[in-house]
Order: sequence, then structure tokens, then C-alpha cells
Amino acid sequence: MPHDVTDRNRTRTQVADLYFMEHRAKTLDVAAFLDRHDRAAGDEDFRVAQLRQAAAILTDGKPDRAKRILELMSDPTLEPIARAGSKGATGAYAPTTTERAKP
Amino acid sequence: MRYIDPHIHMVSRTTDDYRHMALAGCVAVTEPAFWAGFDRSSPQGFYDYFRQLTETEPRRAAAHGIKHFTWLCINPKEAEDPVFAREVIALIPDFLDKPNVLGIGEIGLNKNSCNELSILEDQIALADRHNQLILVHTPHLEDKLKGTRLIIDAIRRNTRIDPGRVLIDHVEEHTVRAVLDAGMWAGMTLYPDSKCTAQRAADIIEVYGNERIWINSAGDWGHSDPLAVPKAALEMRRRGHLEASIQNVTFDNPQKFLGQSPRFKIDE
Ligand SMILES: [Zn+2]
Repeated sequence: MPHDVTDRNRTRTQVADLYFMEHRAKTLDVAAFLDRHDRAAGDEDFRVAQLRQAAAILTDGKPDRAKRILELMSDPTLEPIARAGSKGATGAYAPTTTERAKP
Repeated sequence: MRYIDPHIHMVSRTTDDYRHMALAGCVAVTEPAFWAGFDRSSPQGFYDYFRQLTETEPRRAAAHGIKHFTWLCINPKEAEDPVFAREVIALIPDFLDKPNVLGIGEIGLNKNSCNELSILEDQIALADRHNQLILVHTPHLEDKLKGTRLIIDAIRRNTRIDPGRVLIDHVEEHTVRAVLDAGMWAGMTLYPDSKCTAQRAADIIEVYGNERIWINSAGDWGHSDPLAVPKAALEMRRRGHLEASIQNVTFDNPQKFLGQSPRFKIDE
């Protein structure tokens, strides 16, 4: 562990013992959510499209998955916008987010 | 355990919450000024809110043995009208001598707009003029990464501000490194659906260390949990974090940062 904050070196089995059931359930929730979305009418929602890209990060075998998913779902631009049209955020980024996300 | 919740909006919480927090070991809270869920119709609305934060809320907290401190500002969600925002900023100096005021906050950005940024710069300058600590709110969700970068740059542009007297709140995995590398303090907010969870906060401490970092509930009128700090301590404990490290992030670090204000005193 990079920082010395714990009293033991944990094994992967110990991590699974603590957290597996909870994350098994969360994975099933995501699967059922995508099924529910796909059964519904209309076009793909831009937020769900981004969630599918996030799901690919889960299985790419590389580290920093949480950080990379947050970056994927972030506005990558650097300049302040001219006006704040709304107060809310949608949780996913699309260049047209502000038009789509009427609060 | 004794702990400090350094970011919680007690004006939005019940007396039962104070009681439960006291039972869980909370000895002090700090409450930044924020958005009420609707826009105030006049600067006078803020004047009354500042009185609530500096007069009423400390009394409610004291009834449960909890010390109450506060931060004053106009929040970024109401900063899109700069004329209005500057009228509110003009009210703040009159309150800076109140005994529970620690600094200016939570200032920051919401949608990363030009007006928000210019009001942020005004309030950084206000903190500088009055030698106040700064507590910063970073934007939500897809706006956080960009907003955190803009905020760090804005603070650095004011070269008179000591980064060690600035806390950037609501960091997550994609923003914590930049904040710590800038020499500022980082706050992790534990929310049920957004920001951090207790598990991810413990992960961040394992990966980025427990220096210049704290955790808070940011409990408010939305989906939030006033007991988030002791619950995070429980999470750290069950995965084997040392008691000294848990105390570091839940008590010692807040005390160290906040103690830079002579007003922040808690009974030992
Ligand atoms: Zn807040």
C-alpha cells in the first residue's frame, strides 16, 4: 500500500471477503438498469452512452479506474463559459449537455 | 471517538441531528455559507442568514456540547448576477469580527462561468484583505474537473494567498492530486449518490496519504448524512487503518487547518 495507514498488508481474498457481495449486487443493478433502458422507447440517452464507455474501463485491466471514469464523464474544456444557463449538472458530459439538461 | 465535522449546513438540519452527532462524538462543526435551494430576493436575505450563522446556530450547537464555527460568502450558485453578488460581499466585513467566524467560504464555482469566476476572484481578494482562511466549494459532477483547475489557477493568481490557508472541498479521485500538489488542503465529502463514499474516501487516503486531507458530511437539505464522518471512521477501522491515522483525518487535520484562525478553539 503506498501510504502507511493500515496495520496489515491485505490480500486480494481479504478485500473480496469484505466487499464482494456488495459489489456483486451493484453490478447486477447496473446490468438491470441497462436492460431497462434498452427496453424503453426512443434514442440512446447520452448519459447512458457514457455509462457504457465507463463499463469498458472496468474490464480493461488497467489501474485508476475510478479516476479514469470520472475524467471520461468530465467537461474537458478549459475556458470559463459565457453564462451559467442553469444551476444543475447531469453527471455525464456531452458538448450539448447544457441544452439537454433543463433543470 | 471525538471528531470534527468541518463542513456541514446545520441551518438545514434538525435538533435531533445535533443530538445524534453529539452521541457519535462530534465536538465541533464548521458551517460554510451556501445556497438555500432557492435564490434570495435581496442582499437583506443574506444579512439575515449571516446573523443566523453567527448568532443562532452557535447557540443550538452549544446546547449539545458542540462548538459551532462558520464561514461567510456569497455562494457560486447565486454569483451569476455580479451586481447583486457584490452588494452581498459588501455586507461581509461587518460580520468578520463575530467570535465564531473562521474565514470566507464556501466560495468557488458552480457552472464555471465568467461571472462566477469574477465573484470568486473578488472573494479571494476579500479574504486576503482581512487575512481570512478560505474554504472552497468545487462544482458538481461533470463540471468538477474543469472547475477545480480554474479555482486553483484563480487562487495562484493572487500571489499574496498562502496555499496552506486554503482548503479545496469535495475532491474526488480525479482532483485530489492537483489540490495537494498545489500545496492546498483537500476535503472529501461523503454523499450517498455523488461526490465520495466512505469506501472511496478510505481508498484515497491509502493512495494519496493522510496529510492535508479531511473528511466531512456536507450535510444539508439534500440527500446527505450528518453521521457520515463517524461512519467513514468505521469503514477505515474495519479495513485495518491505524487508530492514529483515523484520528488524523477526523480530528487532528481539521484542528490543524482550522487552528490557523485564532478563533478556532476547542476544549481539550
Ligand atoms: Zn457545502
